[in-house]
Amino acid sequence: MHRLLDNRNVLGVLFMLPAGALLLVFLTYPLGLGTWLGFTDAKIGRPGEWIGAENFTYLFGDSVARLSLFNTFFYTIVASILKFALGLWLALLLNKNLPFKAFLRAIVLLPFIVPTALSAIAFWWMYDSQFSVISWTLTKMGVIDGYIDFLGEPWLARFSTIAANVWRGVPFVAITLLAGLQTVPPSLYEAASLDGATEWQKFWYVTLPMLTPIIAVVMTFSVLFTFTDFQLIYVLTRGGPLNATHLMATLSFQRAIPGGALGEGAALATSMVPFLLAAILFSYFGLQRRAWQQGGTDK
Amino acid sequence: MADVALRQVRKSFGATAVVHGVDVSIADGEFCVLVGPSGCGKSTLLRMIAGLEEISAGEIAIGGRVVNNIAPKERDIAMVFQNYALYPHMTVHDNMAFSLKLAGESAGAIRSRVTEAAQILGLMDYLQRYPRQLSGGQRQRVAMGRAIVRKPQVFLFDEPLSNLDAKLRVQMRTEIRALHQRLKTTSIYVTHDQIEAMSMADKIVVMNGGRVEQIGGPLELYDNPANLFVAGFIGSPAMNFLPGKVARANGALAVATSPGVAFPLPAQVRIDEGREVVVGVRPEHLSVGNDGIPVEVVVVEPTGADTQIFCQLAGANINAVVRERHEFHPGENIRLKPELTYLFDPASGARLA
Repeated sequence: MHRLLDNRNVLGVLFMLPAGALLLVFLTYPLGLGTWLGFTDAKIGRPGEWIGAENFTYLFGDSVARLSLFNTFFYTIVASILKFALGLWLALLLNKNLPFKAFLRAIVLLPFIVPTALSAIAFWWMYDSQFSVISWTLTKMGVIDGYIDFLGEPWLARFSTIAANVWRGVPFVAITLLAGLQTVPPSLYEAASLDGATEWQKFWYVTLPMLTPIIAVVMTFSVLFTFTDFQLIYVLTRGGPLNATHLMATLSFQRAIPGGALGEGAALATSMVPFLLAAILFSYFGLQRRAWQQGGTDK
Repeated sequence: MADVALRQVRKSFGATAVVHGVDVSIADGEFCVLVGPSGCGKSTLLRMIAGLEEISAGEIAIGGRVVNNIAPKERDIAMVFQNYALYPHMTVHDNMAFSLKLAGESAGAIRSRVTEAAQILGLMDYLQRYPRQLSGGQRQRVAMGRAIVRKPQVFLFDEPLSNLDAKLRVQMRTEIRALHQRLKTTSIYVTHDQIEAMSMADKIVVMNGGRVEQIGGPLELYDNPANLFVAGFIGSPAMNFLPGKVARANGALAVATSPGVAFPLPAQVRIDEGREVVVGVRPEHLSVGNDGIPVEVVVVEPTGADTQIFCQLAGANINAVVRERHEFHPGENIRLKPELTYLFDPASGARLA
């Protein structure tokens, strides 16, 4: 027994057991069950039978499911581009020598700290058709005549939810890129100024290439979070109006739990996986691995 | 090519003054070394010449043009940084071509000038590599290549060899010197290593505490140090200093450093009897003999070509370097004869004789 416990391999397995068990019970099992359910006709309160890809073929022909796919892509692409642009801009600003630098950096993190549901409720109020502070301000300033129904019109609702998502997501991007900016040696900028680079050229030829690895990581995460977003949409619009803001995640929940069609909901959730894998692979092979980061070998 | 003139140049960061009015003039084509201990302001001075630091007061002129308010890229200078500051995401070729590309040179001109620089520096086989894939010495060469492709008026070097190992440092020292003899571009080189300064410079500027202590050629500084600081800084191993008092022994002037120990002074030295002084003797100006100052051997370090003997003289350390080989043992009493002595004022540090 003692000899066994002294063995490195036995000990290693022993120490990994708790973590392994947790992952198995709370990650692998639900994921496996969800995938399995997607291939059955399970309803709430009734175990399903294996029906193959029937759920998927049905969803492929379902106009609401296809709309949710479009919404998810639109939401993810527009929000990610905005988060990247604003995050990078904010990171560059915060990297300058500003007064109250530490304080400003802390402030920037605020949207990230507030629970999503809470900030969503705040946005809900701001977007309200009768009490919207935005509409109120704009009418008082004389910009518009009537109140805007932010969450009542399909395209307006899409852009309103995107705005809330961007507000929430920018701090993560900004702070991570700021960390990346601080790893760029100042002497590179000095060398670039002596080489005759303008501020814009320094950004384009030094800052941006030096940041690509961290941009790849942060944008992968950002895309994953946005693609699977649920809370914000569910609190703000529940997918409405006319399913215009239904993302795959919210529609999957809607079909499975309130709608009772567990199998269909699970199939919808499962069909998000290939898109997420594609996003990860794209960033891994397309952006992250650059020859200049790996030393040693000849080319 | 151009001459460089610093006139009463000062630098302060907030209330802290780090450079206190420096005057240096560097002739066209000269290799000038700024040397001093860390924190003496030599790097700050170099960065002011480059335009990376603002000049608090005074004037810097390159080729007769005052550059105080001229941006770094307009000064027509190139700099080699201590950490090389190579762009890690660009190949060796692109690193060297970067400034030419920004200047809008044609592809053909860029190719021929990069090739020319790469040939001078032996980098032809590495043009497509990234800085990560190079050794320290090769990176150093790329940094120099990046400077020479531009054919600037002045080269600035900021401790370029301090990240290299000892052997490579000696080799690169010679290479930089050879490069200068070939290109004859005015160069300003910052180092804390006095051997680098001695072996490379046409002109050395010794700095300490933001002030210039002495300016001169390497041998001039070695033979005629203006003060205690320069005497102690230039030369390796460092000069021995012993405090004492001028006294008359056997009819000739001498410095008594401790009871019964007298450093004889040359006949032409004029100095008041009874004056407090510091006597300085270089280790290589001490020889072992039958007469001279009695000392006790502490450690003997043979280096092959010569032998360094660490001795004690009435509680003070004294160091000698001799060419001949001796079999001394710790604790043994020997006699050292000074061939050349310097006298300094103990308060101001100024040279007396």
